[in-house]
Amino acid sequence: MAYSEKVIDHYNNPRNMGSFKKEDKDVGTGIVGAPECGDVMKLQIKVENDTIVDAKFKTFGCGSAIASSSLATEWLKGKTVDEANSIKNTDIVQELNLPPVKIHCSVLAEDAIKAALNDYKKKVEPESQEAATSAAVTNG
Amino acid sequence: MKLPIYMDNHSTTPCDPRVVDAMLPYFTEKFGNAASRNHSFGWEGEEGVDLARKQIAKLIHADSKEIVFTSGATESDNLALKGVVEMYREKGNHIITSATEHRAVIDPAKSLEKKGVSVTYLSVDKMGRVNPDDVRSAITDQTILISVMLANNEIGTINPIAEIGKIAKEKGVLFHCDATQGVGKIPVDVQALCVDLMSFSAHKIYGPKGVGALYVRRKAPRVRLVPMIDGGGHERGMRSGTLPVPLIVGFGKACELCEQEMEAETIRLKTLRDRLQEGITSVLEEVYLNGHPIERLPGNLNLSFAYVEGEALLMGVKEIALSSGSACTSATLEPSYVLRALGVGSDLAHSSIRFGLGRFTTAEEVEYTIDRMIKAVNHLREMSPLYEMAKEGVDLKSVQWAAH
Repeated sequence: MAYSEKVIDHYNNPRNMGSFKKEDKDVGTGIVGAPECGDVMKLQIKVENDTIVDAKFKTFGCGSAIASSSLATEWLKGKTVDEANSIKNTDIVQELNLPPVKIHCSVLAEDAIKAALNDYKKKVEPESQEAATSAAVTNG
Repeated sequence: MKLPIYMDNHSTTPCDPRVVDAMLPYFTEKFGNAASRNHSFGWEGEEGVDLARKQIAKLIHADSKEIVFTSGATESDNLALKGVVEMYREKGNHIITSATEHRAVIDPAKSLEKKGVSVTYLSVDKMGRVNPDDVRSAITDQTILISVMLANNEIGTINPIAEIGKIAKEKGVLFHCDATQGVGKIPVDVQALCVDLMSFSAHKIYGPKGVGALYVRRKAPRVRLVPMIDGGGHERGMRSGTLPVPLIVGFGKACELCEQEMEAETIRLKTLRDRLQEGITSVLEEVYLNGHPIERLPGNLNLSFAYVEGEALLMGVKEIALSSGSACTSATLEPSYVLRALGVGSDLAHSSIRFGLGRFTTAEEVEYTIDRMIKAVNHLREMSPLYEMAKEGVDLKSVQWAAH
């Protein structure tokens, strides 16, 4: 399969690859996917005054999955929590020129964003007890 | 050393230049139809085919009359399964095959199932071998055919074909063997193996694409087939159609070269393959061998790199042509059914890479590949949340993953 140049660029030069401390109050973590399915994404945001000041990812998956999550971290930085919630998988598909068989990679990235945002929201509003999305797996 | 490097020789092989040289005259001067009995052009073509038939038969210890030319191993497999079932249908309605067969056997078997034939798919052990005892106990009075591959195309595991052949003979059941990956690489003797039908092809052994053969036993027992293609009665009526003389001549030459060079080539390939394995596993942790450590093709190495996805890994070493059992490299988005049949977890199946060394693989290419694989795996593990969790002591099996 031929990859788009943007996917190759993200693969070779992943943006914001790494981890924050999951326990930190200003960090939201989303882990989605499953090893059996061939992709697992961990996306983390660091929030100050409702604005995402930093984001990091780690991904087990194909080049498109890596590129989708790498791109997501770029887009998250500087957005407010609400703005971040509006990132759509279709935006990622368009930006990276993903073929139909790779659309699930972008869906996973959107899920990871939502999971990270939910995790953060739970931390700052513990009383709201917002249910984690089924995709958020943080019991590791 | 030239890039890219070709290390996918289970998929196909380049034509040996000596094979091309043998073929060339048959495209131009010696272009006759081998079935033209009345002029010298036809005789020349026939001579070329006759020699090739002898060269091919010699490699597998068969009689040249027992070689039926086809378009390739897929056609041979189809002809063997469908042709035997149709011919012997009144004798029984059951065939036996294995879970790790190539699609060219599995799919015809499935197609026969749809037509009411009962099919047993034998499971394999952790190293990918069919247990001959399982074959024995699967045989019923309805069984008309057993089809088990000689060597697996993904993991290179070699099956105990002679033992299975003995059981088939004892029980009076016809035995077909898909030997596409084995012929030309390891010694094959249709008498010793007790096979009645055997498929193989030219392009896996440095011959041209588009030609293959089905060995069909003529004596003890005399195997009969219903042809899939009618028209002209070529190849003892089993496969009609004008013979592709240049391809057949190339196939014959390829077999002759394999026979002459097999002993030395086996040693050379095993040395390179073992160096590749040792070079990678001595540096990287959690790399697992898929398949049998000893009973495997000399040029095959199939490794799973834990915490790294296969397609991403291929992307990281894109100047080396390799293959992966990862779902992402297949159209179905399912990981390799062969590795799954071995009991390899889906996670490790997604992480598998097949190295296929061949006649033109050099020591320099192997060293380069070792170096590139180590760098790519480290790069991806650095990026892998699974690797991070494992390093933190998290048992990945205990995590409740959300399947998607």
